[in-house]
Amino acid sequence: MVRFPLRRAHAARLLSGAAALAPAAALAAREWNFQPPVTEIARQQMDLHNYIMWICLVIFVGVFGVMFYSIFKHRKSAGHQAAQFHENTLVEVVWTVIPFLILLFMAYPATRTILAYKDTSSPDMTVKVTGYQWKWSYDYLQEGFGFYSNLKTPLAQIENREPKGEHYLLEVDNPMVVPVDTKVRVLITANDVLHAWWVPAFGIKQDAIPGFVRDGWFRAEKIGTYRGQCAELCGKEHGYMPIVVEVVSKDDFAKWAAAQKQKTAAAADDPGRDWSLKELVARGEQVYAANCAACHQATGKGVPNAFPALDGSKVATGPKGDHVAIVLHGKPNTAMASFAQLSDTDLAAVVTYTRNAWGNATGEALQPSDIRAARK
Amino acid sequence: MSSIPHDRAAAGHGTHDDHAHHPTGLMRWVTTTNHKDIGTMYLWFSFTMFMVGGVMALTIRAELFQPGLQVVHPEFFNQMTTLHGLIMVFGAIMPAAVGFANWMIPLLIGAPDMAFARMNNWSFWLLPPAAILLVTSLFVPGGAASAGWTLYPPLTIQQGMGMDLAIFAVHIMGASSIMGSINIITTILNMRAPGMTLMKMPLFCWTWLITAYLLIAVMPVLAGAVTMLLTDRHFGTSFFNAAGGGDPVLFQHIFWFFGHPEVYIIILPAFGIVSQIIPTFARKPLFGYASMVYATAGIAILSFIVWAHHMFTVGMPVAGVLFFMYATMLIAVPTGVKIFNWLATMWRGAMTFEAPMMFAVGFLFLFTMGGFTGLVLAIAPIDMQLHDTYYVVAHFHYVMVAGSLFAFFGGVYYWLPKWTGTMYDERIAQIHFWTSLVFFNVAFFPQHFLGLAGMPRRIPDYAQQFADWNMVSSIGAFGFGLSQLLVLYAVVKCIRGDGAKAPAKPWEGGDTLEWTVPSPAPYHTFETPPVVR
Repeated sequence: MVRFPLRRAHAARLLSGAAALAPAAALAAREWNFQPPVTEIARQQMDLHNYIMWICLVIFVGVFGVMFYSIFKHRKSAGHQAAQFHENTLVEVVWTVIPFLILLFMAYPATRTILAYKDTSSPDMTVKVTGYQWKWSYDYLQEGFGFYSNLKTPLAQIENREPKGEHYLLEVDNPMVVPVDTKVRVLITANDVLHAWWVPAFGIKQDAIPGFVRDGWFRAEKIGTYRGQCAELCGKEHGYMPIVVEVVSKDDFAKWAAAQKQKTAAAADDPGRDWSLKELVARGEQVYAANCAACHQATGKGVPNAFPALDGSKVATGPKGDHVAIVLHGKPNTAMASFAQLSDTDLAAVVTYTRNAWGNATGEALQPSDIRAARK
Repeated sequence: MSSIPHDRAAAGHGTHDDHAHHPTGLMRWVTTTNHKDIGTMYLWFSFTMFMVGGVMALTIRAELFQPGLQVVHPEFFNQMTTLHGLIMVFGAIMPAAVGFANWMIPLLIGAPDMAFARMNNWSFWLLPPAAILLVTSLFVPGGAASAGWTLYPPLTIQQGMGMDLAIFAVHIMGASSIMGSINIITTILNMRAPGMTLMKMPLFCWTWLITAYLLIAVMPVLAGAVTMLLTDRHFGTSFFNAAGGGDPVLFQHIFWFFGHPEVYIIILPAFGIVSQIIPTFARKPLFGYASMVYATAGIAILSFIVWAHHMFTVGMPVAGVLFFMYATMLIAVPTGVKIFNWLATMWRGAMTFEAPMMFAVGFLFLFTMGGFTGLVLAIAPIDMQLHDTYYVVAHFHYVMVAGSLFAFFGGVYYWLPKWTGTMYDERIAQIHFWTSLVFFNVAFFPQHFLGLAGMPRRIPDYAQQFADWNMVSSIGAFGFGLSQLLVLYAVVKCIRGDGAKAPAKPWEGGDTLEWTVPSPAPYHTFETPPVVR
């Protein structure tokens, strides 16, 4: 079987016309085959695809060779007289049986690969992946830490006010990090609607289904950064929730995991601490930008007829209890999901922020203990 | 409206047609029970929706011309993809097929009209309200449905009232399809001319008979699925909500149990039209008639046991994945039989290549490409990469646009002389064919590359490595869209009588019953049944 880099280079040459003149960046914009595989499964998928494409190509040339021969030879303008045959049992049997046999030759390797794809047994480590509207979170269950992974591309690039970076839309603040040559089992679920976790170079795509946990696995063979995207329509920011996985050496992974654990411990808030209004608003602004601004907008004005404004809204200026309840439990049958997964401190901060930002000036500060009480 | 062909026919021929005391003007079309009038209305409705859905497609392609957001917001983009899908499937392709059935089935089997003439009127007039619901849903608070035409929950549960309007539209169009199907089945089974046994019927009638059974089997399933969405949205049920004991994946199973047969509902009538056109222009009988009938039935039966190949990535048990992979691959066998039969019909014929034949050959070529990519997608391990990417988008546009739509264009040019009494403009039709063929491939072939390289579908903005092919694809899409004005021009030209007068049998090789009546076909035909052999 022809190996991938060769074919891609060859095609790029064919397609670019003047290959010598074309800058490398222009070639990259014309990708036309699978991304280079870094797992056994992804390699098998690509080989299988090449194999089937060759079979299809042979059939294609055969069938349409016959058709075009007929079109050129058996035309009235060429003086051809129409034969009147319209049946031949032997021919019919032959062109039913042969395709069936060809299918068997396709089904065998496909079965082998799918059995391996589905075999999530005996992993070396397990990471829980959760899809949210519109970000991913990664929980390292054995190591005991976790984090969110948000799109890092600035809005200015999306709105064409700045030139687009090299990894436009495929860059995140906190990538998933895994060690090389390790069987990683991913437990995949979702918080609100369907998402799908997909890393092309690993050959894994698994829907994330709210209320259910599904699993998959990969064993990356090469150190590097691999990028994918959410593959199941999940609402307006569906195109803006990339997946970035950094594959590092086992030593580097151990160091990274230790640092993450420390960071988690350091970041833990003292639950009894009393926060000032100013502190809460400062922190709440960050929480708001990461979780709320996609719909309600940084201006608090929302989007007319789609996402309500918080600036001057009855909820954000009304009783505190109702405000906390809607953030904790969401609003049924709307895009307002529950944000109960955020910490007490983050929730207290963001509620305080929205009650004191823009034109809202309640002057009220909520403490983490208020949220804790409301959760019960 | 006064230039519609049947009036001229009635006046011109002055035969026993003049006792048709139908109202004139608008009321004629509202109250008509004539299969030709109703067929005409179906076809115009379909073309209108084709234009509406086409503008939505071009909005999508305009946004995707370059990376970054330029033309629309992501919410509106999602509304466009959703409505484009719903409108093209339920508003354009399916009504076009029913339009052909109405016009041609009575003429092909020697029947005076459809079996249930009034129900026929009702099943057509249900469609405009459904279309109005769908299109006006763009203007309600929250905008139109934006969860994709597949309407997967829980995203559908989050949506505004646009979703309710879409659900009602689907209900209404489903009712219309079921009525149309009952009518077609009854007509075919009871009203064939003496001597026309089932196995002597033109193949178009066979493919529609089987399609009608598929419709009756699956439209109620779709209605059930969207009703469950409705009650989940408003009446506190939890069919698809895990927190209440339901399962979002259940919807996908129900939807695709409808959705896969639906794919064949879209393609089988097209197969039928191509099976009429190719023998006519090859001047040679259809090869393997019986095996064509069995292959069609085989495809229809298989279509009920392959649905979960749309869901390989939901995380089914491996036995389930294997079953659906094998069953799906099997579909290649009867489909292959049909392709080979068409080729054998062409083989050693005396072919000419007027527009209908060009579209039929174009269909054969491009539909087969869509068949190959379908086979690639059926291979579950490969589908794990390609599911929900542009590869899938390319695949189903090859079978629905280059497949069904090309066959329908072929059918329009094939029967226009019979419908209007005027030959279409061959030069315009040939230009329409070649521009459609070229721009279609410019628009959709690069989407295979985009999918392979990892571009998900239904995204309004994309990473830099997808930029070039998207630009090419958008250029092709606009070219394809503009080309379709040519068919409108050609048809209007015929209706206005601008062209050579069509004889009763304009095609040398035509040997079916519609060519035995004058062109244009009189308002009432076969009041005395013809005798077949």
